[in-house]
Amino acid sequence: MHPAYSVIFFTVSSGAGFGMLMIAGTLAAIGRLSTDALFGWLVMAAALGAAAAGLISSTLHLGHPERAWRALGQWRTSWLSREGVAAVATFPPALLFAWGWAVAGKLSFPYVCAGGIAAVLALVTVACTGMIYQSLVTIRAWHNRLVTPVYLVLALASGALWLAFLARVTGNGDPALTHLPIGLLAAGWLLKRRYWRGRDNDTGGPTVASATGLGRDGDSVRLLESPHTQENFVMREMGYRIARKHALKLRRVAVALAFALPMALTGAAMLPAAAPIAAVLALLAAVGGTIGIAAERWLFFAEARHAVTLYYGAERA
Amino acid sequence: MTALPRSTAKALGLVIDLDTCVGCHACAVNCKEWNTGGHSAPLTDEDPYGADAAGVWFNRIHAFETGTGEGGRTVHFPRSCLHCETPACVTVCPTGASYKREADGIVLVDEDLCIGCKLCSWACPYGAREYDADAGVMKKCTLCIDRIYNENLPERDRVPACVATCPAGARHFGDLADPGSEVSLLVAARGGFDLMPELGMRPTNKYLPPRPRANTCAEAAVEAPERASGFLGLIDRVFSR
Repeated sequence: MHPAYSVIFFTVSSGAGFGMLMIAGTLAAIGRLSTDALFGWLVMAAALGAAAAGLISSTLHLGHPERAWRALGQWRTSWLSREGVAAVATFPPALLFAWGWAVAGKLSFPYVCAGGIAAVLALVTVACTGMIYQSLVTIRAWHNRLVTPVYLVLALASGALWLAFLARVTGNGDPALTHLPIGLLAAGWLLKRRYWRGRDNDTGGPTVASATGLGRDGDSVRLLESPHTQENFVMREMGYRIARKHALKLRRVAVALAFALPMALTGAAMLPAAAPIAAVLALLAAVGGTIGIAAERWLFFAEARHAVTLYYGAERA
Repeated sequence: MTALPRSTAKALGLVIDLDTCVGCHACAVNCKEWNTGGHSAPLTDEDPYGADAAGVWFNRIHAFETGTGEGGRTVHFPRSCLHCETPACVTVCPTGASYKREADGIVLVDEDLCIGCKLCSWACPYGAREYDADAGVMKKCTLCIDRIYNENLPERDRVPACVATCPAGARHFGDLADPGSEVSLLVAARGGFDLMPELGMRPTNKYLPPRPRANTCAEAAVEAPERASGFLGLIDRVFSR
């Protein structure tokens, strides 16, 4: 699948924003969130800014961005529509929560409730994002039960990295915030390993024989002639392929940047000796982790093969 | 609405005979010609006379080789929208631009509602949907709704453009929900099949397999010619060296 940069930016940016909201709202709901207004202001500005920037960028790749509001209509059948509805619904309680935390300077019952509701809706939004991909039977790499969990855990992990940085900058080094990225990154790493192992051992899926019906007696089938000399929309959008050796190299880069490096930096920031530079280490962890997750997202597209490629020379998809 | 109708009164569709298709692309050309002035007009071309020409077409004619040796054959393979019974392209649409008609099962796009997100093209296994970058909307085969119900055309022309033009008679149009229709009888007689049935789209269009071929070559295997003698024999021996 063609890795469109607007979609990669959208899922990484809004994932991090909604991830921050999920964690901050949950901590508020269980009474573990610092009431520091500056911290609140920075967290909510970053979270809502990243979520909104992602959502706006996702409308830029549309053929008719001015009609984007129409996408809220078909939530009964469409995961994309559900994602839009959930994303829009997240903002009112999130803004109320932000008001209480950052402006009113108190986390009283109504604001805490709003935080909890915003956290749940943010989680629903990211789950819908994952389901947009997971529900497509045409792309076997995506029609996989680990896809939505990976989206959720990576959103939480990147949100946790940025929250940990902001907590350190404002001197709110609650261990619940500063230790959280390590657990979430470890979970993300394990899920992604399992996902890649499953993909590498997968020998199922439609074949050129079932796509054409010509190989039903066990005959071999191969493309003799393409219908057109130049690439069409279908080939450009769905035919993107990355060489296997490059994919393996990029997987290692993604693992190092998205998981290993931020875990090591987050761990280092917890050492007493590193106290003076803990915020810098947390910032590096957040930046590295975000770039790593963007690389993971790029690979998620580039490694995915669409069933239609069977009509253009692929033997299995 | 992107919810699918529970059932459709008719299931209009095509039956494509892979035995008789000669791969002439006439269906694709006539489709383009009709539809660039029809329901989804225009079928925009980008850089049509340049080195990297591209554009919207509803029919694409592939050629495959199948089997090896004496059993090998070339099969021309027209590919277009299959107007599926459970089309994922419709249910993933966030706006309701994509829909399946209850009356005849035809899958269409309402271009005034389409936001051009392209998700439907990802959901279709058959590559039936082609995005018109110029109009910013998705386009697809309409089964020529502007021909099949067009009372300004003589009745024999009220078939999709691809069917009307096929010189080999490889394309058939009709109601596949009616077991007594000509197309349904043809499918039953020839063992018509679905493309990628494992993906669960339940395509309406059916493909007819190439007929088994009588291996006339093997039966008429030419016996080794007698050795010529005389002058011709001399030439034969000289040139056989």
